Amino acid sequence: MLIAESRRLMIAIVDYRAGNLTSVARALQYLGVPCVITDRAEELRRADRVIFPGVGAAGEAMRNIEEKGLAGCIREIYDAGTPLLGICLGTQVIFEYSEEDNRTTCLGIIPGGVKRFPEGMSEKGDPLKIPHMGWNRVAFRENHPLFAGIPGNAEFYFVHSYYPAPSESSDVAGETDYGIRFASAVARRNLVAVQFHPEKSGRFGLKILENFSRWDGSHAQ
Amino acid sequence: MLSKRIIPCLDVRDGKLTKGIKFKGNIDIGDPVEVARRYYEQGADEIVFYDITASSEGRDIMIDVVKRVAETIFIPFSVGGGIRTLEHMRKVILAGAEKVSVNSGAVENPRIITEGAVAFGCQCIVLGMDVKKVEKSAKIPSGYEIVIQGGRKYMGIDALWWAREAENLGAGEICLNSIDADGTLEGYELELTHLITTNVKIPVIASGGAGKKEHLLDVLTAAKADAALIASIVHYGTYTIAELKEFLSGSGVKMREVW
Repeated sequence: MLIAESRRLMIAIVDYRAGNLTSVARALQYLGVPCVITDRAEELRRADRVIFPGVGAAGEAMRNIEEKGLAGCIREIYDAGTPLLGICLGTQVIFEYSEEDNRTTCLGIIPGGVKRFPEGMSEKGDPLKIPHMGWNRVAFRENHPLFAGIPGNAEFYFVHSYYPAPSESSDVAGETDYGIRFASAVARRNLVAVQFHPEKSGRFGLKILENFSRWDGSHAQ
Repeated sequence: MLSKRIIPCLDVRDGKLTKGIKFKGNIDIGDPVEVARRYYEQGADEIVFYDITASSEGRDIMIDVVKRVAETIFIPFSVGGGIRTLEHMRKVILAGAEKVSVNSGAVENPRIITEGAVAFGCQCIVLGMDVKKVEKSAKIPSGYEIVIQGGRKYMGIDALWWAREAENLGAGEICLNSIDADGTLEGYELELTHLITTNVKIPVIASGGAGKKEHLLDVLTAAKADAALIASIVHYGTYTIAELKEFLSGSGVKMREVW
């Protein structure tokens, strides 16, 4: 039996007790994009797009993800080709491991790890503070649909002490300088993951969320 | 390279700004949500709300203000004023604030910093410090003392010691207010700002005394502050935030140029 179902495309935001879920939802509401915050695997699998947000520590995040039985689900969503957007801690746990909390084993969707900013970094003779907190530029490396319409001097809001270090350079989609140059955006197939907070990065952050709400998961190069 | 931040501060009582704020064209606005929206559009990098409400009903009104702000602007903002419990922090953060700032509540009960950092992450917890210059002594070796109640009560705590202690307890940032400079419009307390910002690893927001655009340049360069809190200088329409940023950018300070 076929039932014609007309429903608006829905973004599901993964709830694993990490912070900033409501900020992401509010930004999507402002953009008029329907979204739901959920920790139910069924609902996540049914969603047209999935956002994997997060603020906090990797160890606690992975414990919550395991407890809620969502690790397999996130992997399935990725394998199924559903457009997936990682934000901040959500981005970090997509890697194989994080140095945080005495090395945390993570989801392993993107090869590589998440490392702590080295002590003693400096810029023009001044020591750099950790966390990297505030606005910084992202040199987007490829013509990815998610970063369409973003000017080169746009800045994004960061707050983190650990940075993504993908082992395959083809996964790097954007880089940021803070003492070292690190991958502030990664992209692989239907996954884009950013270290900064698009939901707190003003007009250009909203633009990325809007682009995501229209993205079909393919690379239009 | 990280940009220096310009952060307007709004004082709120019972859900309204304590003073009207004038924008170009001389419109006087008393609604914190509307003013936050204007500053957001003008390029503010962050916004600080300071709630000077005393009553618990007023507090609930503030939570409603925070919710409306969070639906309107998409940059980080913090809320401070009278925060003493984890429960109060939780309400403010759930309503949509990025950060909460604790001041006298942390002086009275330093554990609140750690509890807040564990519950919400260090990046959420800003330590607000009100500081007055005093004679150097065995008890106050830096010559800067922590005060509360708007500078009326001296706490016998050295400001430098407290800044380092708060960092160890888990504060993610310090908002450093000089009671001596506050309201003078004669410039930030550069010596104090330099002392604190070069002795902690967490970012420091300098507060108190901004009256001219050169004051911001001094505090962000010579005194090495990570961010400058501003009030009257923009509230009374002396400059727009965009004008301040243009000046600072032209003077070689890294600023967020487009928004």
